Amino acid sequence: MYCRTLKPLLIVVLLILFGSCEKLQPEAPPDNSILDGVLTELSLLEQTRHLKGDQSFNDKHFHAANGLGPGFVATSCGSCHAGDGKGHPFSTLTRFGQADSNGNTWLEKGGPQLQHRVLPGYQPEQLPSGAPFAKLIPPAVTGLGLLEAIADETLLMFADPFDLNSDGISGRPHWNTVPAYVQIRAGAIASHDRYIGRFGHKAAVYSLLQQTLGAYNQDMGITSLQEPSDPYTGQKNDPEISQNEINDVVFYLQTLKAPMPRNIHDPEVIKGRQLFNQINCTGCHLPELKTALSPINALSNKTIYPFTDLLLHDMGPDLDDGYTEGFATSAEWRTTPLWGLGLASQSQGGKVYLLHDGRASSIDQAIRLHGGEASNSRNGYLKLTGQERKALIRFLESL
Amino acid sequence: MIFRHIIAPILFFTSGTQHLVAQVDSSLFRTATPDTDSNVLNMDAIYTRPYLVSGNYPVAIGGYLESNWQHSGTDGVSEGHQFQFRRLTLFFSSTITRRIRFLTEIEFEDGARHIAIEFAALDFELHPLLNLRGGMILNPIGAFNQNHDGPKWEFTDRPLASTELLPATWSNPGFGLYGKWYQGSLMFGYETYITSGLNDSVISNSQGRTFLPAVKNKPDRFSGNGNGEILWNGKLACKHNKLGEIGVSAFTGIYNTWQAGGLQTDFKRRCSAWAIDYNNSIKSWGTRIVGEWVCIRTEIPESYSQQFGAKQHGGFVDIIQPLIKRPFLHWEQAEINLAVRLEYLDYNRDTFSETAERIHDETSSIVAGLGFRPSTQTILRLNYRYRLQKDLLGNPPEQSATISLGISSYF
Repeated sequence: MYCRTLKPLLIVVLLILFGSCEKLQPEAPPDNSILDGVLTELSLLEQTRHLKGDQSFNDKHFHAANGLGPGFVATSCGSCHAGDGKGHPFSTLTRFGQADSNGNTWLEKGGPQLQHRVLPGYQPEQLPSGAPFAKLIPPAVTGLGLLEAIADETLLMFADPFDLNSDGISGRPHWNTVPAYVQIRAGAIASHDRYIGRFGHKAAVYSLLQQTLGAYNQDMGITSLQEPSDPYTGQKNDPEISQNEINDVVFYLQTLKAPMPRNIHDPEVIKGRQLFNQINCTGCHLPELKTALSPINALSNKTIYPFTDLLLHDMGPDLDDGYTEGFATSAEWRTTPLWGLGLASQSQGGKVYLLHDGRASSIDQAIRLHGGEASNSRNGYLKLTGQERKALIRFLESL
Repeated sequence: MIFRHIIAPILFFTSGTQHLVAQVDSSLFRTATPDTDSNVLNMDAIYTRPYLVSGNYPVAIGGYLESNWQHSGTDGVSEGHQFQFRRLTLFFSSTITRRIRFLTEIEFEDGARHIAIEFAALDFELHPLLNLRGGMILNPIGAFNQNHDGPKWEFTDRPLASTELLPATWSNPGFGLYGKWYQGSLMFGYETYITSGLNDSVISNSQGRTFLPAVKNKPDRFSGNGNGEILWNGKLACKHNKLGEIGVSAFTGIYNTWQAGGLQTDFKRRCSAWAIDYNNSIKSWGTRIVGEWVCIRTEIPESYSQQFGAKQHGGFVDIIQPLIKRPFLHWEQAEINLAVRLEYLDYNRDTFSETAERIHDETSSIVAGLGFRPSTQTILRLNYRYRLQKDLLGNPPEQSATISLGISSYF
């Protein structure tokens, strides 16, 4: 009796199981609810490279045996950029040693970055007394390839270093020197042998390759062919990471998708966007940019919505930490791209830590801390009614 | 003596299998009954296995295999169908002379990717309460480490606490004592060993967290003790025939290499673990309950990263309910069981110094299982696991699910 009943039942259960196992597994979250994800239009070969870079970026942890340290800040790329998003105070970097455009004068004392964590048996670096410094929270890494693909001439179109239009905003590109290993992009514009930087809070970094090599070296103590000096000992070491792996990680960063907006048809979001334009936040946080031709097809000639001009702006004394990089002043900061802002809490442990050092715990606080060239927009925000401010923040959260 | 009782039989059974099969009628083998069914503790697991013996030959052999089909997915990304040959394990035991026994367990995992002597020890019985054991010893921490044979469990995957907090099937060279005492329905057992075991991998590993299982990956750990420090391991167990068995176990030792070439290179840092395990069968319902909880304390260098937890804990509980027990397809003792496993691990119970907030890095899982046992030695099992994994910061958890169909059997 049991056999007669159970045998067909068992066969049916197994058939259902094999046929529907995908349905019994968690679905992928909607694309616009997460930051990590790959650009569409990549070739199969490019997707394979992206995947290799993804594994190195998110899954590979360095330790004593594979090159970590001896001084370091983090053990993996992913530990500073969880889910490819913004970092947490746990992974905050401390840069020090440069107060003006005369360069870093504290390199002998361990500059430009503090490695406050060390392998067992070593002493951690201490911030030298009297050194100018700033704490920097790791930014989100999504959409970076698209930002890299914007032509220099496009950025220069929006620069207004002498505020000729008298709107109180005088954004300027960060013309910075680039290391010899950096390959200059086709069509790049130079000024006195300097090129436009676009990455990092001070826009001091020219390309994603330079950013990646610097992060491996200064954040994890990993030496490479291009950055052979160990930041803790100052000695030149053999490369602790292969060139192929670095290239894969750079490719991964280049081919991460742009953050996608949500609730764009919500009337409150629409109203918030109008207010964002009305109080001229768009003077720096440019909603729309276009990419130029890129060696990666999926990055070429795209219209993107990063809400940044990638230019330096004087943000006033409250955000002036007395530290700088390259030829920026200590009060100047690159306009942070706002895309993905609404998903910041998903990579920062349920809270938000905004502005360059994470000092703002809400979007409202971050706006109120804007000064300098952003004073007019901040004042415009403060004059809005409570409902209007709520709509504006709702719009920013939709990005 | 050693050659005759240990090496020769192993060579005989491994290299001459074809000859044996051709010449010997398999019906001449008989299954040796385990020591006893009622007077056993978890610590007896290595002996309470089915063995095959032939005539008066002084060696008994046995083993088990495990193979699965799995389909798992995480947040919508699936690796597709996975057919896994998890392990083939061989046991050999021999009574060398009265009161001296030898037993070994050799495991081939994932095909032949990992081959390990999991256990190989000589036991000298001086008194039932005083036995000397030396060799490669399965460390008695929790219950699973010593009682890990696949066919005994209703789940295709080992408990997370036993694979991701503790190193599952963790064995080390060493020596120690064990003993048992029982009277009426009460039984008491103890084990205490000194072995080598821990190494720098506890906090220097590819997981980027405090991860004891990484100590198993040191290839030279059987030939010497990297840091020259002793690992002490002990367990007390008490069993009442109605109330079940409860075990309390612990180990402690210095895990880091603190000296080399006569020079001190670091301070000594200790890693300790405590575990409590319980198992019982409710006779009226036939329900079986198995559980284990482990706490680990690791001294982390002050200036190392906070992602390496100084405090960890976690455990599991399995509840197995027989549904049907009757002859089925000519199997006289067939049994169908419903099972559920609840698991939780916290890899890092510390707080961030920057925000004074809790560090997460935790996982929880629920597994539902249906097991069909044609005999007590064989199981065909169907499992569904749903798992949540939170990162250090407590961001939205990664969700994964796994469906498994597996077989495991002693032979």
